[in-house]
Amino acid sequence: MSDVSSAAAAGASPDTASSTASTASGGSGEGPSSQDAPPPASVRVGERRRRTWRQRAFRFEAKAAPYAYVSPFFLIFAAFGLFPLVNTVWISLHEYKLGSEMTWIGLDNFRWLFSNPLFYNALWKTFTIGVLSTVPQLLLALALAHLLNYSMRVRTFFRVSMITPYATSVAAATLVFSELFARDAGFANWILSWFGVGPVDWRNGNWTAQVAIAIIVTWRWTGYNALIYLAGMQSISQDLYEAAAIDGASRWQQFRHVTLPGLRPTILFTIVVSTIGATQLFGEPLLFGNGSADGGAVHQYQTIGLFMYQQGWQYLQLGKAAAVAWVTFLIIVVLVLFNTAIVRWRTRSER
Amino acid sequence: MHLRRPATAVAAATICVALGLTACGSDSDDSATGSTPGGKTTLTVSLFGTFGYKEAGLFDKYQADHPEITIKYDSTEQEKNYWTALQTKLASGSGASDVQAIEVGRITDVAQNQGDKWLDLKGTSAGAQVASYPAWKEAAATTKDGAVLGLGTDIGPTGICYRTDLMKAAGLPSDPAELATKLTSWDDYIAMGEQFKSKAPKGAAWTDAAGGLYNVVVSTESKIYYDESGQLIWNTNPAVKHAYDLAAKAGQDGLTAKLGQFTPEWDSGFGKGSFATIACPSWMIGYIKGKAGDAGSGKWNVTTLPGGVGGNWGGAYLSIPKQSKHQKQAADLIKWLTDPEQQATVFNKVGNFPSNKGAFTLVADTKDDYFSGAAIGKVFGDIAASAPTQIHGKDDGTIQNQISTALQSVETNHVAPDKAWATLNDTLKNQLG
Repeated sequence: MSDVSSAAAAGASPDTASSTASTASGGSGEGPSSQDAPPPASVRVGERRRRTWRQRAFRFEAKAAPYAYVSPFFLIFAAFGLFPLVNTVWISLHEYKLGSEMTWIGLDNFRWLFSNPLFYNALWKTFTIGVLSTVPQLLLALALAHLLNYSMRVRTFFRVSMITPYATSVAAATLVFSELFARDAGFANWILSWFGVGPVDWRNGNWTAQVAIAIIVTWRWTGYNALIYLAGMQSISQDLYEAAAIDGASRWQQFRHVTLPGLRPTILFTIVVSTIGATQLFGEPLLFGNGSADGGAVHQYQTIGLFMYQQGWQYLQLGKAAAVAWVTFLIIVVLVLFNTAIVRWRTRSER
Repeated sequence: MHLRRPATAVAAATICVALGLTACGSDSDDSATGSTPGGKTTLTVSLFGTFGYKEAGLFDKYQADHPEITIKYDSTEQEKNYWTALQTKLASGSGASDVQAIEVGRITDVAQNQGDKWLDLKGTSAGAQVASYPAWKEAAATTKDGAVLGLGTDIGPTGICYRTDLMKAAGLPSDPAELATKLTSWDDYIAMGEQFKSKAPKGAAWTDAAGGLYNVVVSTESKIYYDESGQLIWNTNPAVKHAYDLAAKAGQDGLTAKLGQFTPEWDSGFGKGSFATIACPSWMIGYIKGKAGDAGSGKWNVTTLPGGVGGNWGGAYLSIPKQSKHQKQAADLIKWLTDPEQQATVFNKVGNFPSNKGAFTLVADTKDDYFSGAAIGKVFGDIAASAPTQIHGKDDGTIQNQISTALQSVETNHVAPDKAWATLNDTLKNQLG
């Protein structure tokens, strides 16, 4: 290979260059005909050179093309994913108020964070709201998917309509729910008044505010998860249900002993996705609190996302916000690893 | 093989586009700030809340007088959102408007830390205006080096606005002069609140929010969160603690409607009559008219603060970022907007009290039918004359915000005032270092 390339390099002259150009433009059909009558030496050199050049280009292309195909993602990821990620670490090691200079302070932001009671409050609220929303959300989705898996009239309509809350914007949904949970003339309090329950100050109560936010989240995501479950259920063989039915299993028993085991990977997927979503909960509590990043007067619904936003965009303390962002990222990684570990452990124990 | 080539080309093109996009991302586009070829200049103006220029038709008038100028105006409802967006634009070096408003709570931060980002107005046509201001108003916008970074639009002489119908219904005086003689101290105000509460129509509280009451009580002080030397004194200043205790008591006793200020519920409270009195900087006049609507006309009135002391809450500045491409034209516009005539027009339209001394006499006779014909020009003029010269610091806004939050926790979450105060101390210590 190396001697061919050196010969090609040595044979380079204006003459051969032009002939190469002309044959190249003539197309690949000329290849066989040139072998019938031996061409002049100079052309033959060009011919050999042409073939090897093509071969090399072809080899290069075969090797490089896959990288070229996947590169758009990685380039965009590098620009909008990796760079911000690394830059966030860099910023988190600085005292950086938006509009002024950055000063290196090492790990002070993290020290500040881990000694800040508001950070632990935000972690706890993120967890409680996460549980309050994820658990009912997934259970409801499972039930809905199970019902929709049976043949019924206008099934497609119901299936499609489940996705509509998900298609609604967070802002619109939250503003509507804010009105529903209003203290003075809210719909929720109006319903409660039928049962003789006095007006509830949803926004200012500790648990009531969290429940209200969890309801918004549940409303938005239940249909989405139900569709995923439905897709998972479709992959379970119908024969299993028929066999179970012949054996006299009720629908509930079918659900427990056929659907649930078959759906396990799907369920774990939705748990991971919902956990990540719950950790990043931001828009709902922000809008529920009328755009205040405090998350209520006693921070009763200040999630970690709101806490980060408050540091960054209310106090303009980007260094501190970056530290929160990184800790959140690590928490999510740990949660995902934890989930995966549970999956492994479950599958192993079943074998 | 012949399929591969175009595919590679497409891939290569995609990469180029991707790279091009990232490279172009930070470029400023000229269309936003540029001049049109016909010699017309587009000036962008960004404000927050209600400045009254649009409402009083001043932008239209300016454009009619200056055919070569087109004004593009936008306003953000909440100042904190406005400020965050502005800081991002300043930090990135592009996107800020030719004229930007700055709230009084931010001006010290600007004068102390952002001198390199804003134009010194003394060197422009607007510079002549500086002498027309009360010394303290412009001192706040002046840097150590003597550069003036903003011209005052208004000040916030503060009184108490109240619903005459609710006062009558509770058997309390509704005449401003009579009310003023009954209210000689803040304790009187609280005592009258207790009276109101016992006889008030259902659903009406004495005042809107503990945080609002707190703000107006401290607005009568000259030293609030910082002393003359710029030291933080908020947690040792007896005036702050007094205002806090007073507001916390009002909140605990159920004298407040527990409405967070500048929230939708608060807005609708003006029309519904959820509260009888509200701390009322002059700019609140326009706010009340906007939120209570025509139905509220003639139901409102305004009186002085207890004991006749002067208070000052709010007021803003107009400034030009150095990144503006039309600094000269922007300065001309600012000069015109801060002239006495224009400030008087704004006061008559939306109630923002002039900060230009030349305008004080122009508004002295202004009366307002919406406010039962109250002589708002004289009332707010007198308050402005006795208002203190306040010392501002760079974290005023943060401290004020967190105190409001602490008071809200007392009134809505039944946190003990002492506990809320302690939490407040921890929070601010943690945040301000």
